[in-house]
Amino acid sequence: MTAMESITLKKLKEKFPDSIVDTHSFRGDETATVKKEKIIEICKFLRDDNELLYNFMMDLTAVDYYGREPRFEVVYHFYSLKYNRRVRLKVPVPESDCTVDSIISVWIGADWFEREAYDLYGIIFNGHPNLKRILLYEGFEGHPLRKDYPVRGRQPLIGPKN
Amino acid sequence: MTDLAKNLHTEHMVINMGPSHPVTHGTVKFLVTLDGETIVDFYVEIGYLHRGFEKMCENSTWEQVFPYTDRLNYLSPIINNVGYALAVEKLIGIDTPERCKYIRVITSELSRMADHYTNIAASALELGALTAFLYFVEARELVWDLLESFCGARLTSNYIRIGGLKNDLPDGFKEDTKEVFKRCRELWVDVDKLLTKNRIFLDRMRDIGIMPPDEAIAWGFTGPCLRASGVPYDVRKAQPYLVYDKMNFEIPIGETGDNFDRYLVRMEELNQSMRIVEQALEELPSGPINVDIPEYRWQSKDDIYTKIESLIFHFKTVTGGIRVPPGEVYFPVEGANGELGFYLVSDGNGKPYKCRVRPPCFPLTAAMPRMVKGALIADIVPTFDMVHMIGGECDR
Repeated sequence: MTAMESITLKKLKEKFPDSIVDTHSFRGDETATVKKEKIIEICKFLRDDNELLYNFMMDLTAVDYYGREPRFEVVYHFYSLKYNRRVRLKVPVPESDCTVDSIISVWIGADWFEREAYDLYGIIFNGHPNLKRILLYEGFEGHPLRKDYPVRGRQPLIGPKN
Repeated sequence: MTDLAKNLHTEHMVINMGPSHPVTHGTVKFLVTLDGETIVDFYVEIGYLHRGFEKMCENSTWEQVFPYTDRLNYLSPIINNVGYALAVEKLIGIDTPERCKYIRVITSELSRMADHYTNIAASALELGALTAFLYFVEARELVWDLLESFCGARLTSNYIRIGGLKNDLPDGFKEDTKEVFKRCRELWVDVDKLLTKNRIFLDRMRDIGIMPPDEAIAWGFTGPCLRASGVPYDVRKAQPYLVYDKMNFEIPIGETGDNFDRYLVRMEELNQSMRIVEQALEELPSGPINVDIPEYRWQSKDDIYTKIESLIFHFKTVTGGIRVPPGEVYFPVEGANGELGFYLVSDGNGKPYKCRVRPPCFPLTAAMPRMVKGALIADIVPTFDMVHMIGGECDR
């Protein structure tokens, strides 16, 4: 990777030396793994710093690394319109304390994305004003994208359950 | 004279629009709180078309995901195919032959045209312009005929493969396209005459659902809706993939970010897409359409029947799926509705560990309350049309 592109990771490491767990650039995708305590501050920094200006929150999702500790990772993708750059943030979330701070205060568009991650993975976003299921219905049991949820775990509202 | 508003007993009314309502093409429910005709509160409920796309992908081989991607945005399935294929190719680290890239661009743009035709046609229909609807549906039929000529399907194309294509373009495709585009341009002019200066259409569309650029960015808008707000962001220009950097085309942008600008942006994008297809067909190089790496792309039938190595690779990839190296990538393409990103995680087995789609209409639909609050109930129709929510993509 060229020096220009790694500026994001460099600045993140300088600004939050204790919060950055790991960084890598696989296939040109810059990735920083950060501790969950500082996520709002880091997001604000990424959005507002003059040399970064990541003004788009493109995607927010989670991954379940079942059998690994910490079990979950919340994954954010940001895009900077001005510098035409992308960065990925990953926040490890343990199963025992399955919460992370909501970034709605930084990007209002995170609202539905966080609801979806809650719905499908059961990760609680602290400070989210309306953390309800979004794709599934109220009363659905479990979180289907967790790896320990059965592939054929049917529980329709109407009709036979398995 | 007493104050009417104070003494007249009025109360808010809550109505349900959907999940099955002519306006909500695709199943979605609006919970609308009204004060007279003014929208006081607006709540969108999605998920009626949730089929567990990610869970299905995690239990399929990498190639088996393609039919599922068709059913995300079912109006422009090839763009979904291309986005997924490019993401997997990035994860593997392979590059496709030049001819394949050109054909992918051509088919993506045809798909985008079909998507925009449907969008504008349906919007016109819902605002009472049946003629415009018929004209653009005719144009879409013609484009679908082209799609059918090379992949055999009109809607669920399943045409792109990892490291290549299902098959090459048929003979005479260039001439067919020329004829189709001639008719499409005529229809475009007709629809433009019918809608762009139509008083009723203007009244319903203009200054409705306005989104200022800074807010559009904060909500995560992309695609025509973002460009209508005046932000010139298009993945094809910002981070060109395939051969878009060699194509000569422009990105139309709007000024006010209202529904009418969104309509105009889409109308102009139709012309630009035609331009791209014509250039790509003109410059289409000859050569192979698939990468020659048997671990990832099947060899031709002739080779499989006559060469033992090809047969072995075919057997291994068909039964166990291709082996994608461990890692994670995000790859965005410009879908018809905005940035369509695939975030893939591989653990080195034959199946995706995680296959996430960033659906462009998801943040757009999320911003519906912001766009219609304070407007009239009739304004829901054009705003939701221009948001262009596709159930399959939004709910996955």
